[in-house]
Amino acid sequence: MSDWDIIIQEWPRFANGFLNSVVLFVASTIGAFVLGGLMVNGLRSSRSIVRRAFHFYVDGLRMLPFLIFVYLLYYGLPSFGIKLDAWTAGLLGLVIYHSAYVAEILRGSWDQLPNGQSESAQACGFYGIKMFRRIILPQLILNTAPILGNQLIYMLKDTAFLMIITVQELTYAASSVQSMYFVPLQPFIIAIALYWAVSLLIEGLVALVHRTAKERGFGQT
Amino acid sequence: MTADGFQMLLEGAWITVWISLLAIALGVPLGLLFSLIRVSRLPVLSQIITLYVSVGRATPLITLVLFLFVALPAIGLDIDKYTASVLTLTLNTASFNTEIWRSTYLSFPKSQIEAAQAMGMTRGLYFRRIMLPQMFYTALPALLNEMTFLIKASPAIAVVGIVDLTRVTNRIASQTYEPLPPIIIAGVIYMLSIGSLVRLQRVLEDRRKRYASA
Repeated sequence: MSDWDIIIQEWPRFANGFLNSVVLFVASTIGAFVLGGLMVNGLRSSRSIVRRAFHFYVDGLRMLPFLIFVYLLYYGLPSFGIKLDAWTAGLLGLVIYHSAYVAEILRGSWDQLPNGQSESAQACGFYGIKMFRRIILPQLILNTAPILGNQLIYMLKDTAFLMIITVQELTYAASSVQSMYFVPLQPFIIAIALYWAVSLLIEGLVALVHRTAKERGFGQT
Repeated sequence: MTADGFQMLLEGAWITVWISLLAIALGVPLGLLFSLIRVSRLPVLSQIITLYVSVGRATPLITLVLFLFVALPAIGLDIDKYTASVLTLTLNTASFNTEIWRSTYLSFPKSQIEAAQAMGMTRGLYFRRIMLPQMFYTALPALLNEMTFLIKASPAIAVVGIVDLTRVTNRIASQTYEPLPPIIIAGVIYMLSIGSLVRLQRVLEDRRKRYASA
């Protein structure tokens, strides 16, 4: 049996690992955007104490390697009696960690947005959450599409770290096929090709958003 | 945590430091070389670099290190886990550095090149004397930023059995049965080293802005 035959025979394993990676990626993208969108309001709070606390938290997280943060959740939290399974810890880690990056990207963009935007939104009767969701956030996302796209690729790559805490994602699948049958090349080539395919898809989507943004006069970057 | 635990943490930190530094020292000039091949549009080679950058920035380090550690010996290149790790980090950071150098090169003011040509400088001479020093200062903040990403991704090398600053926390916990203290201390060490790189990046950016406005 050739090495490729083994890959075909073990295909369900790859499909399952890939599916898990994609689910983790999509779920954490949604989570990180929601949480990041909430946190950017904290980063720009008019209360200086709130603002500083959020900056301290966001900057702190961004200086931490993702894996150490996952270790804190997976190995550290049981010390406080909170025991998470690998999947929950991994997903929670992805969402919390990357929401800090998303919040910081959105803040940078919001700082450049003219004040007149929110003033005229308020004059039209948009306040609070409604103003943020309908007027501010769409502009922030259109303005930062390429940077957010980069962040999505980092998020995709960080899902692979979760194999260390035994989440059965794509790299885990490749690694187990490799060690089970001693095929050195093919499993990881498949895995890398799949990661690459997803990243090309992300880049395509980002290019699409960026083009729309440019047509509407957004996106200096 | 015991004194023994601290010593283990420091040893782990040292491994993270030297492997990362070596990868940076190799990856920055390699990125420059690759970017020059790309902007010079050398046939075939230039396309290969484009493909390498695209695949390289999409590949998780953990997947790449496992691949190289298993695949290279299989095709006859006998490497140990340390070589595999340095190679992985270098290949990864070089793909990002290629893009940084390339955009720096492309944004270099044409007027300076024309002036250098008017002075009779040859291509190699003005690249070395005029472009490269300025490109270095322009690219430095972005290169530093990439270095912080390299350090943050470096725990991936633990998967081939290297006891770096992240993995060592497992070792200590298996002796003390208290996982939290070593993880927190390791986190603080990472934050201090990445934080100082971020600070350096801000200082350099401020200085450049001042020069630009002067």
